[in-house]
Amino acid sequence: MTTANGPSRLTRFWLWCGFAFLYVPMGILILYSFNESRLVTVWAGFSVKWYGELFRDRQIIDGVLLSLRVAALAASGAMLLGTLAGLALSRLGLFRGRSLFGAMVTAPLVMPEVITGLSLLLLFVALSQLIGWPGQRGALTIWIAHVTFCTAYVTVVVAARLAELDESIEEAALDLGATPWRAFLFVTLPIISPALLAGWLLSFTLSLDDLVIASFVTGPGASTLPIVVFSSVRLGVSPKINALASILIVLVAAGTFFAWWVASRVGRRASR
Amino acid sequence: MASVSGFGRWARRAIIGLPYAWLLLFFLLPFAIVVKISFAEALIAVPPYTELLRWIDGRLQLGATIENYLFLFTDKLYVLAYLNSLKIAAVSTLVCLLIGYPMAWAIARSSPSTRNVLLLLVVLPSWTSFLIRVYAWMGILSNTGYLNSLFTGLGLVDSPVQMLRTDLAVYIGIVYTYLPFMVLPIYTNLVRLDYSLVEAARDLGAPPWRCMLQIVLPLSSGGIIAGCMLVFIPATGEFIIPELLGGADTLMIGKVLWQEFFNNRDWPVASAVAILLLLILLVPIAIYYRQHAPGTAAAAVDVKQQAPEARA
Repeated sequence: MTTANGPSRLTRFWLWCGFAFLYVPMGILILYSFNESRLVTVWAGFSVKWYGELFRDRQIIDGVLLSLRVAALAASGAMLLGTLAGLALSRLGLFRGRSLFGAMVTAPLVMPEVITGLSLLLLFVALSQLIGWPGQRGALTIWIAHVTFCTAYVTVVVAARLAELDESIEEAALDLGATPWRAFLFVTLPIISPALLAGWLLSFTLSLDDLVIASFVTGPGASTLPIVVFSSVRLGVSPKINALASILIVLVAAGTFFAWWVASRVGRRASR
Repeated sequence: MASVSGFGRWARRAIIGLPYAWLLLFFLLPFAIVVKISFAEALIAVPPYTELLRWIDGRLQLGATIENYLFLFTDKLYVLAYLNSLKIAAVSTLVCLLIGYPMAWAIARSSPSTRNVLLLLVVLPSWTSFLIRVYAWMGILSNTGYLNSLFTGLGLVDSPVQMLRTDLAVYIGIVYTYLPFMVLPIYTNLVRLDYSLVEAARDLGAPPWRCMLQIVLPLSSGGIIAGCMLVFIPATGEFIIPELLGGADTLMIGKVLWQEFFNNRDWPVASAVAILLLLILLVPIAIYYRQHAPGTAAAAVDVKQQAPEARA
């Protein structure tokens, strides 16, 4: 592959137009979060008062705490199940029911959210009719729902990493007398650990972001951040939500560029 | 032989069994329940539907009905909602393709070091909140929004143009939120394209547009199909965007399902809506899976996890 001549001027211009399309709306959001006026769209001077209001809003703070808790636990559960599923699919060869397993693992990736949410709620309702569990829907049922769809993502990430892993390294460990368990713990696991971390982070953001599925399976009193935000923005634009959005965007951007910076430094050191 | 395959019988059983049992219980079983309830009748009770199998006078009776499905086909609202969802999803997908393809091309033709940064800029928005990104457009498009202030400020219009709560806003919202899902698979395809083929065609006198149409486009068809399906499938069932940006008359099936369930509390009809939606989406899903090797729905994950260090 050659890159003799870069993109033409026209396509480069198009690319920057595309970036403008992607970033200008977010930029406006951040800019107007510092607006003094309650009328979101009329500029009335610089102010950080909406950030203060945001931190005094109990509902939003509770939503943030619940969302973070559910996301961390769901990401951990999904990482465990997804890693097992990835190992089963890529390392255990054929087993009974493998094709059903493969289909079930990847189906949540393309399933419309409304269907996933509806089906899980109907399950929880049927179960509580039948065996009395779960008695009340809330954080636990959201956690179960999130683990289920995040597992699919972790499985794909882990399976992809296992597929490109050179099996001869593990074979070498085994030939040198390591038990399969030792070889797994000290050779395989460290090599696939970046994929586990990526899967965890991915699940964490997916869980934090989910509105539709959580709305279906939640119960009274358990409102995650997206549910709180959604019920607020349904009524219209609000400066407090602008402040919240700005914090979210800046956190994600900073985190991403930090990860990129670390990765490129590590990459440079490795190539040296 | 890999380490894991040397594990004992019980360890292997646990590795397969744990995720298997979880998925059977929380993915397949719920789905079976949706199918079941779609054949039930609505009741005012807890839960609000009839059981399919009932003991009546010491006999087990099957009380399934296809009324819910017939209802979907006879009530104009549902037929229109399905058709409108497909239309909106198809048009948005096309617009995404028209905007995204040149972007993917520009990134793929950049030098390897800038490629990573550009790619990061494409996927970064999809890591922030989906809801927030839809919300951003509410402020831009509303009657008192930034765009209308700009228009009236420039003297282009006298009274604000209704943009929020229209189909146009839904199109903008879908294109905006799903654009990264279009760019990434096409980029992945284009960056592997052997550019010497294009150079050969140019040397032999082919004009640039012919190179594009007869060489580059056909060779990147895999990426185009993957990108289109990644936009089309979720856009068809979209709920948040029509709810926040669309008008009361913006019929989309995800919104109809939501209202049927939460407002009308008609669970059997909502279930039937879900099953029919899935049956309709089976075609694009099958196309998508054929494009990718079975078992790896990698592209969807790629967009979401495009780790900065992943691709050089």
